[in-house]
Amino acid sequence: MTETRNGTRTGLDASIRVPDRLEATLQAPPGSVVAVIGPNGAGKTTLLRALAGLVEMTGHVTVDGESWTDPPRLVRERRLGFVFQDQSLFPHLTALANVAFGLQSRRTPRRAAEQVAQGWLDRFAIGHLAGRKPGELSGGQAQRVAIARALASDPQLLLLDEPFAGLDVGVATSLRIELARHLADYGGVSLLVTHDAIDALTLADRVLVVDEGRVAQSGSPQEVAARPLTEHVARLVGLNVIRDGETYRSFTPSSVTVSVHRPEGSARHQWHGPIASVAPHGDAVRLLVAADGPVPRELLADVTPGAATELGLTPGRDVWLSVKETAVQTYAADRSR
Amino acid sequence: MSRRSDPTTRQTLGRPPAVLVVPAALAAALLVLPLVALVLDTPWSTFLDQLGSQPVREALRLTAVASGATVVACLVLGTPLAWLLARVDFRGRAVLRAAVAVPLVLPPVVAGVALVTALGRNGLVGPLLREGGITLPYTTGAVVIAHTFVSMPFYVLSVEGAMRSSGERFDVVAASLGATRWTTFRRVTLPLAMPGILAGSVLAWARSLGEFGATITFAGNYPGTTQTMPSLIYTTLQGDPALARTLSMILLLASVAILAALRNRWLTTP
Repeated sequence: MTETRNGTRTGLDASIRVPDRLEATLQAPPGSVVAVIGPNGAGKTTLLRALAGLVEMTGHVTVDGESWTDPPRLVRERRLGFVFQDQSLFPHLTALANVAFGLQSRRTPRRAAEQVAQGWLDRFAIGHLAGRKPGELSGGQAQRVAIARALASDPQLLLLDEPFAGLDVGVATSLRIELARHLADYGGVSLLVTHDAIDALTLADRVLVVDEGRVAQSGSPQEVAARPLTEHVARLVGLNVIRDGETYRSFTPSSVTVSVHRPEGSARHQWHGPIASVAPHGDAVRLLVAADGPVPRELLADVTPGAATELGLTPGRDVWLSVKETAVQTYAADRSR
Repeated sequence: MSRRSDPTTRQTLGRPPAVLVVPAALAAALLVLPLVALVLDTPWSTFLDQLGSQPVREALRLTAVASGATVVACLVLGTPLAWLLARVDFRGRAVLRAAVAVPLVLPPVVAGVALVTALGRNGLVGPLLREGGITLPYTTGAVVIAHTFVSMPFYVLSVEGAMRSSGERFDVVAASLGATRWTTFRRVTLPLAMPGILAGSVLAWARSLGEFGATITFAGNYPGTTQTMPSLIYTTLQGDPALARTLSMILLLASVAILAALRNRWLTTP
């Protein structure tokens, strides 16, 4: 499924500059899924909106060999599917009419458009809800309609802005599995903004880490998860990362030793500070410690529930953290991407 | 639906003080008494006969035509203006919005004078219209223009408010689905603004029904061409107060009907 109505899919090539908000370059081959992750306000949504033509930008966006920026195309002239963050189904139209809307806007006659739309609802296993208005749908059902609507007009570029936000965990999980299947069938480039490491690891071929309006890291999900270059991603995948110039050192929370007194010896990797939070994590108890020092940082440490009780590890308690050199992985920032 | 205050609250908070109850009762009396008097004094026995008389039928017809035409003018011209104010960012938008609201507070007779000044025989554009073979003053067309002038603001502000509250969000969604602005207006903006359009139409119609000052100033008071119900009532009151009351009763009934239609929108206590 790499042929489109307008020719062969060749993927996405974009270089985007939105003054004061974003500067990003990305390429993605057809059929690929790019997860865009990063902290709030990093510029993830701006990236999608720039690709869609919803914010003013300089640079270029080329999709399947067609330039969307030279001459500039209006939003409606870009063949894209956008799943917006807030549920944005037209409240006065049925699920079927919502999904058919894009095709009808592009001059497919109503009956034919509704036939295609019904097919998409069936694929998402919500064909029986075709006649319902969005107000009569659950969150998960509405989001399926929104994704079906974005895919129905065979877009060249699919933009998903946190499609699982606001859904119950169970609903999000099953929708994630469904979406993975549809993305695998989809021949165009997908960009998926997410806050969840699971989305990035299960749905994406590539991960684009955006931080403070710039691409901080890009690579396969495995690479990014194993060698995160930003605190944010480290936190998402549950690693501690310490940056020292261009060198990064990472270690897992379970390799950290926690003590209430200053440890003997002179471990190189040693921090001190109060516990910020305590939460169960699998079989262990995960501590978030606000370590002081020349550069204050938050570190994760896993301890057994027994140790947590015995040492009285509650928020506010001062602790010492140390980690053996052998448990630390050292790597350099690979700026070549 | 009005909610009664919780009986336990009434008990624990005590009686409403006389200093509030007495002026409230006076206000209520002032509002209700004239209407009750009108209902009691209407010569109901001859009500239907009087309705059938020539001048009354003509005035009724003219009022219906003028208010109907006013609503149509609001729908056709006012809806696009409301959309422009709600959706298009242009220089002078704030000024235009303020200008649109002026007729709301303008004394109707001033509106009439303004219309004469603009469209009258010697007005700003009146001579131009006359060259084109159009003479407005003292015609039914002038009645409709006067009514539209005073009614349009109610309509435009109501519809603009509805379009604003349904938001530009859906315009963006529609554009992402390939819709032109016209398609978006037709298929998304208009249906979502429908409650505002209905409310605005009823308000404009009600305003048109009672219009007197601007009409009599700009269009005059000629039976058959420019004499609407309010003008006829005013004229009749000099010679035949009983008939004037009958005619007033008709407009009162129409107003109550409007109120009933709007009940669910504005009379619901929050």
